[in-house]
Amino acid sequence: MNIVVCIKQVPAKDAPLQIAEGWIRETDIGFEMNEPDSYALEEALRLKEKHGGEVVALSMGPERVKQTIKEALAKGADRGIHVADDKFHSLGPLAAARSLAAAIHKEKCDLVLTGLQSDDHGFGQTGVLLAELLGLPHATIIMQIEVQGGQMKLKRELEAGWFQWMECPLPAVLSIQSGINKVRYATLKGIMAAKKKEIATISRESLGVGATLTQKVERIYVPQKTKQTEFLSGTPKEAAAKLVEKLKHEARVL
Amino acid sequence: MNILFITEQRAGKWHNTSFEVLVAAQKIAKDTGGRVAGVVIGKGVAGLAGELAARKLDEVLLVEHALLESYTPDGFALALQQVIAQAKPDLVLLPHTYQVRDFAPKLAAAMGKGMIGDCIGYRSEGGKLVFVRQMFQGKTVADVSFQGDGPWFATFQAGAFRADLAEAGSGSAPVKPVTVELKPEQIRTKPGELFREAKQAIDLTQAPVIIAIGRGIKAPENIPLAEKLAKLMGGEVAASRPICDEGWLPMERQIGSSGQTVAPKLYLALGISGAIQHVVGMKGSRTIVAVNKDRNAPIFEVADYGIVADIFEVIPALTEELEKTQAG
Repeated sequence: MNIVVCIKQVPAKDAPLQIAEGWIRETDIGFEMNEPDSYALEEALRLKEKHGGEVVALSMGPERVKQTIKEALAKGADRGIHVADDKFHSLGPLAAARSLAAAIHKEKCDLVLTGLQSDDHGFGQTGVLLAELLGLPHATIIMQIEVQGGQMKLKRELEAGWFQWMECPLPAVLSIQSGINKVRYATLKGIMAAKKKEIATISRESLGVGATLTQKVERIYVPQKTKQTEFLSGTPKEAAAKLVEKLKHEARVL
Repeated sequence: MNILFITEQRAGKWHNTSFEVLVAAQKIAKDTGGRVAGVVIGKGVAGLAGELAARKLDEVLLVEHALLESYTPDGFALALQQVIAQAKPDLVLLPHTYQVRDFAPKLAAAMGKGMIGDCIGYRSEGGKLVFVRQMFQGKTVADVSFQGDGPWFATFQAGAFRADLAEAGSGSAPVKPVTVELKPEQIRTKPGELFREAKQAIDLTQAPVIIAIGRGIKAPENIPLAEKLAKLMGGEVAASRPICDEGWLPMERQIGSSGQTVAPKLYLALGISGAIQHVVGMKGSRTIVAVNKDRNAPIFEVADYGIVADIFEVIPALTEELEKTQAG
């Protein structure tokens, strides 16, 4: 079973974000693998361990995303594909998905996995768009995958604690729900082995995908508060005492 | 601007966000001038179409087919593509539900169009519409505009508009059945029955006080600290998604878009950053208190009271304070 996993590189969780020139300032902050995608990668590695085949880590963006591909290789992916594009962040979901679809189209793969959404833009569309662009069936928010002879039995999460089993033929695109598995760490052996693994770099332009936008970020800003938050200062002990006082006499909820 | 909005129902019951999107459509139509049409899609849903027609809108499109009885992304995308081709709207609005996330990007892409998803509002700036959505887990907000020709697709987050503000109609809008063609072989996935995991042992929606923990709790060994506090305050312990993903608390105690939606009189968020997926499940709480080390954590956006500190210093202090007042 050959699997392509789409992995995005996003600002590190604790990165202090500053806005400059219509986007976030990318210098001075760290980047990491988008957490929802790490569950997709883990699921791909587990499927490979069970059914054989190879796992290809696919990422798009500027040069720095190679670091995230290397991390995927260290965890056990067999090779990487880097779709190089310095304008990636401004492309929007559809143009980005067109680029990824063009790269996947060159591969012989049975399954494409994505995470649920990215922790940066958070559009949550890539998996579904890829399915449409590649002409494949899809399912989203997947909590369990069972492969049985060219078919998959999938457990899909719905809202408010509901689930659903469904059947989906292969090849297909799945977007994986976070928490489906326990993500592994790269071992030292894995990190050493990754050094010998191949990362192919292709540019968006060479894939024949233009930068035609269907949407544009006009401006980005720090949210205006809709609620007046009263910050309680002092030592933790003082703040706790003030809070109990407020909850009792001001909010009257204790 | 002519607007088509798509409602959601399951087994003949409305998804409550359907009427939130109606409100969004009514407002945008008022701002830009234009017609509003609402789509009811499924099988045996004529009654719902009738209910919707009593609201203020120009037309209800009733889309029924045997292959639309159970939701499938193929069936819904193919059917709605035909509806949109006939209705020719400028803007298609949908609620940002799990189901919409599963088919709407496909529907838009099949028509070569883009979709701005998970919006929290919109603005009309001199005739130009911009859609407002959070980015970077709620740390920033962006105004996003459509480029190129319509139809444009946008989805609104649950709670972005208040369903109770929907304008009632003066009479009943016409309900127009729309015929769509679907063949069984076009639907590639086979949906099964819906089920719930274990029987729910706890109903968080009924708890007057909720003590919610997030990543800041660091380890399962620290959860009893929150449990003790919950006991003192007569509340229940709940959590953001990562805690339940780790298995530190059962899924039924998860608050957010994939868990429970609650509105207790007091919601105490301990070490929760406040990603939108969590906030949608608790922002309706009467009083919200947030304790977080990071002054810029988005949870403070919705908090009435905030303490910027290490939760491991605040929890014991708060516990002690509550014990003191209860003893006295």
